[in-house]
Amino acid sequence: MNFEEHAAKPLLKAVGIPVPDGGLARSGDEAAALAERLGPCVVKAQVPTGKRGKAGGIALAASGEEARGEAERILALEIAGFPVNSVLVESQVPIAKEFYAAVLNDSDTKGPLLLFSAEGGMDIEEIAEKHPDALVRLPVDIRRGLEADALGSAIPDIDGVERAALLDTLTKLYRAYLENDAELMEINPLVATEDGAVIALDCKFALDDSAIRRHEELAETGAPEKLTELEQRGQDIGFKYIELEGNVGVLSNGAGLTMTTMDAISHYGGEPANFLEIGGAAFTLGKQALEVVLGNPRVKSLLINFCGAIARTDVMTGGVLEAWDEVNPRVPVFWSISGTGEDEARAMLKKKLGVEPFPTMDEAVKAAVEAVR
Amino acid sequence: MIVKGHESVLVQGITGTQATFWSERMKEYGTRVIGGVNPKKAGTQHLGMPVWGTALDAAKDQDAAIDCSCVIVPPPGVKSSVLDALEAGIKKIVILTEHIPVHDVMYFLAAAREAGASVIGPNTAGIVTPGECFVGFMPAFNERVFKPGSVGIISRSGSLGTLVCLDMVQAGLGISAFIGIGGDPVIGTTTRDALQCLDEDARTQGVALIGEIGGGMEEEAAQYAKTMSKPIVSFMAGAASPPGKKMGHAGAIVMGDKGSYAGKKKALEAAGVTVLPTPSMLPGALKERLSV
Repeated sequence: MNFEEHAAKPLLKAVGIPVPDGGLARSGDEAAALAERLGPCVVKAQVPTGKRGKAGGIALAASGEEARGEAERILALEIAGFPVNSVLVESQVPIAKEFYAAVLNDSDTKGPLLLFSAEGGMDIEEIAEKHPDALVRLPVDIRRGLEADALGSAIPDIDGVERAALLDTLTKLYRAYLENDAELMEINPLVATEDGAVIALDCKFALDDSAIRRHEELAETGAPEKLTELEQRGQDIGFKYIELEGNVGVLSNGAGLTMTTMDAISHYGGEPANFLEIGGAAFTLGKQALEVVLGNPRVKSLLINFCGAIARTDVMTGGVLEAWDEVNPRVPVFWSISGTGEDEARAMLKKKLGVEPFPTMDEAVKAAVEAVR
Repeated sequence: MIVKGHESVLVQGITGTQATFWSERMKEYGTRVIGGVNPKKAGTQHLGMPVWGTALDAAKDQDAAIDCSCVIVPPPGVKSSVLDALEAGIKKIVILTEHIPVHDVMYFLAAAREAGASVIGPNTAGIVTPGECFVGFMPAFNERVFKPGSVGIISRSGSLGTLVCLDMVQAGLGISAFIGIGGDPVIGTTTRDALQCLDEDARTQGVALIGEIGGGMEEEAAQYAKTMSKPIVSFMAGAASPPGKKMGHAGAIVMGDKGSYAGKKKALEAAGVTVLPTPSMLPGALKERLSV
């Protein structure tokens, strides 16, 4: 779950990392009122995506009137598909130096990884490409935490920056990462001011989806996912449904098998209409899955591909067949069934619809693609 | 990462519905399940086997060390269950639970590394040694899907792994070992680790590597593949998945170029691996490379 800057910065503040004074505005008037109080300020679009500056979503304002104008302009923008509903208005900070700092879950070292670069002000991909030698990568043993010695030897001395303040900020950043079950806690840019203070000008926070249950209050301040109506229905019911551009509907189980079903559709010249998987704990949701997949009017043929490990194909098939009369599919349906519970599933299918599944997944896919030609 | 018929297996969370169903299947198939753990039901019997309060208690009741633990407890309890298994001296821990907070996963993986234990998963469908035993949620007992033989299979996904095993067996090949490594972004046994294990396994003559978009595991495995003489064929799921979207497996997300299908394919092919566009082509390609 991603968080917008205004929802992420309080997490830094809570561990004692200074952030600029400011507030959230939903209109030009609100922005002007904040600017009157703050003086020269920055107006920043609040959307859960990067590259806001390049999209024209960040502007400086010297007065309340300027802030009103910039806010009204920015509030009318759409950035990477997200409409801008609010802007953060913050005091301008006299910047002497910009850095990059982050802690993230790293799959290579299987633990937290602290990243720091004395070259800030650009995104991490750019830093990694342009200044690979300046990028500090410090793996952390999560049982011991970020150790002062290790941090001290990893972070270089930087001219004109108070070393103690910088190390203290990085230690606090790690704490914010740890306490909030972050997938990513990133400050870019982290700046040193002309008088030596270290301040976080931005913050990007992603909460581990599997840890939401232990941060329910925090999760309420997260940015809602951009979902279509059917995707929202899938989420409410308890399975993952993603709407795509094609016309061959997919109902499958397991993330790997479902992606593979989509790949096979493309390989044989068709286009998948969706990703929908009811594996794992969702294998009892066959009925609801049929309703959702056929709720997309673009679907012209439907491929039902079950291969059961933990997900029992008899339970999934039973669920789909239970919904059959009610949903009354008007598009041709092609079945492939194998794995746990397949004999029972085949018998049910034969009894209810008088059909046999295709002997292989590829044959079912080819037939489903052929049907929409 | 290969389980053998003589190895003892403890099921942590044995009394749950899924765990009950699969513990019975494991036992019927030949896995040496010695019992399970549930702190609330310590001292009782389940499926005719003892239930202990902790893995440590279970270990104290044995004459020999417990070889393997199968963890099927709800996500909030997994960290303490794994630490308990480590304290009990268990060196092979198969974690089936999904949706475990990643900070918990990193914690017990660090502890396991220090204890010299292997963790398979989390979010794995398990491991199968056809004709001997299995640990996990895999239809090892289905003879259309699993038959003993010489092909080693590595898969992040249980459902797709099952399909590949089925295709192999239908094509007349048999399986030496199935290693499900799990679909999470942070896992104990990586594709590379599993590849090395199959390389060292005497029964395995060829390998089917089932990858997935996202992360860098296939690229890392490619480095090891270069050193192998056993033929490897591969299918990677997700070529048709749009970038930036989570496709069910949290691991399967592509940001920018990292973890992309094209990058993985290139790395594997440079290591001499045959990469195929659909899983049904794996058996034919492997037969050709094995010249059978």
